[in-house]
Amino acid sequence: MHQLTLAQLSQGLRDKAFSSVELTQHYLDRIQRLDKQYNSFISVSPEPALRNARLADKRLSTGDDSPTLCGIPIAHKDLFCTEGVRTSCGSKMLDNFIPPYNANIVDNCLNAGAVMLGKTNMDEFAMGSSNENSFYGPTKNPWNTECVPGGSSGGSAAAVSAQLAAACTASDTGGSIRQPASFCGVTGLKPTYGRVSRWGMVAYASSLDQAGPITKTAEDAAIMLNVLAGFDERDSTSINEATPDYTRTLNDSIEGLRIGLPKEYFSDGVDPEVAILIESAIKQYEKMGAIIKEISLPHTHLAVPAYYVIAPAECSANLSRFDGVRYGYRCENPTDLEDLYKRSRAEGFGEEVKRRILVGAYVLSAGYYDAYYRKAQQVRRLIKQDFDHALSDVDIIAGPTAPSPAFELGSKTNDPVAMYLEDIYTLPTNLAGLPAISIPCGLSAAGKPVGLQLTGHYFQEAKLLNVAHQFQQETDLHKQTAPNID
Amino acid sequence: MDANEIAKLAQLAKINIEDTIASDVAENISRILSLVDQLQAADTDGIEPMSHPMDAVQRLRADTISEANQRDQLQACAPAVDKGLFLVPKVID
Repeated sequence: MHQLTLAQLSQGLRDKAFSSVELTQHYLDRIQRLDKQYNSFISVSPEPALRNARLADKRLSTGDDSPTLCGIPIAHKDLFCTEGVRTSCGSKMLDNFIPPYNANIVDNCLNAGAVMLGKTNMDEFAMGSSNENSFYGPTKNPWNTECVPGGSSGGSAAAVSAQLAAACTASDTGGSIRQPASFCGVTGLKPTYGRVSRWGMVAYASSLDQAGPITKTAEDAAIMLNVLAGFDERDSTSINEATPDYTRTLNDSIEGLRIGLPKEYFSDGVDPEVAILIESAIKQYEKMGAIIKEISLPHTHLAVPAYYVIAPAECSANLSRFDGVRYGYRCENPTDLEDLYKRSRAEGFGEEVKRRILVGAYVLSAGYYDAYYRKAQQVRRLIKQDFDHALSDVDIIAGPTAPSPAFELGSKTNDPVAMYLEDIYTLPTNLAGLPAISIPCGLSAAGKPVGLQLTGHYFQEAKLLNVAHQFQQETDLHKQTAPNID
Repeated sequence: MDANEIAKLAQLAKINIEDTIASDVAENISRILSLVDQLQAADTDGIEPMSHPMDAVQRLRADTISEANQRDQLQACAPAVDKGLFLVPKVID
């Protein structure tokens, strides 16, 4: 059952090939048996899962109008608030935090009949590219447990890859859906900024954060996006734009599709093996009738510096709410209020989070604002203008998701800048606010997955999913699973 | 960036940084700031800063009560409360 896609599971449940309780128990057993080696879950919640599975079975037995995900076991990244289930954000700061409400997308999934298995591991407060910044220990890549799964949604990507959940939710501020999807050989979609509500999602950098799905296939991503997307007045950045049925156009022909290849994404920085696999995926698209053009995104090299001003600045503001007073960690025996703030934050946050808060405090401090924050926002517009210009001439931009396949655990933990450069191809789309998807496009000689990133125009998720789905109809690269997954 | 500047930032950010690690923290932050300094080479004359991908403005709503009082549920996860109040160390003598 765990090999099946969402579409197949939904059919199986409706055909009574298995019940939701059987399916849920099957996944819970797998998590218990296998997750010790991956550490992809922070919390598993068997009781509510089985309770919801029983409800789903009742709904399924009453007829054909059961909602899309009825009875299907999924997991949420541990930054989406779940009523009554700990939401740690991968941090000691929130180790004891049990939210009194559900995030918007958690409710959306519940309303669609999904069964929540638990909460997936992540870099603390979504800050990281390797999942090594989790208070609960690193997640291991199912393809090679000596390697990282990517981050920050490494737990979600590893859980889908190891078939411990049928699909997962995730979030992407600088590549946190797409890079782990690439490293773990699964499909990850970052929707347009504002497409999916972030209400109840712990904030990192509010002008960049966006929620989305990690799934086995593009078709599954479309099914998930149908559930996740939509306007929510409680999220002030949610955009009131109509949501199409993302599955309806999956089978549209891509004959004549114009694909742009940014020359900056194929420079010296990309691993030659990655470049070869991307080129071969592009050839496949050409065979399918696409027209390939070289394009230029000339400010790409400034995306990492701009991001590491804007994201830390916003994080230093957002994370000021963790003060040891209203929720979260509080230090022992504070001598006064100042001591309470400073020690609670020093003891509750991990190294990378503290580093980004300090960088944020620096770039926003008196005398530096114009030189850093304003300058970064100006560069951000230059990056957006590059995309606007390119997308006036092509329908889709294609390139590698990450410069290399998954790297070894511990190999970059002492060098924050080397870690930041991992996100060089994913950050620009967050800065521009565009939607992008990563799909598997083959394995390196060492057997590690490589992801192809496709970027589209604002609110053109349906087109992206169509283009990704068509690739997955013609190839079986997305069907490859990690060697030791039974 | 030196240990003194780190102490100033730590104060702004309300995070204790032990003296023993201040120079390591300073070194890492210096490396990040060197990366970020690449921005200075960009020609941004006349470019409007961008704070929202679609240049959207803050949506406003009517100034009316939209949620019921949930004080008890919200305070259930607080470190210390008494009679509906959040407790902190004494602020005023």
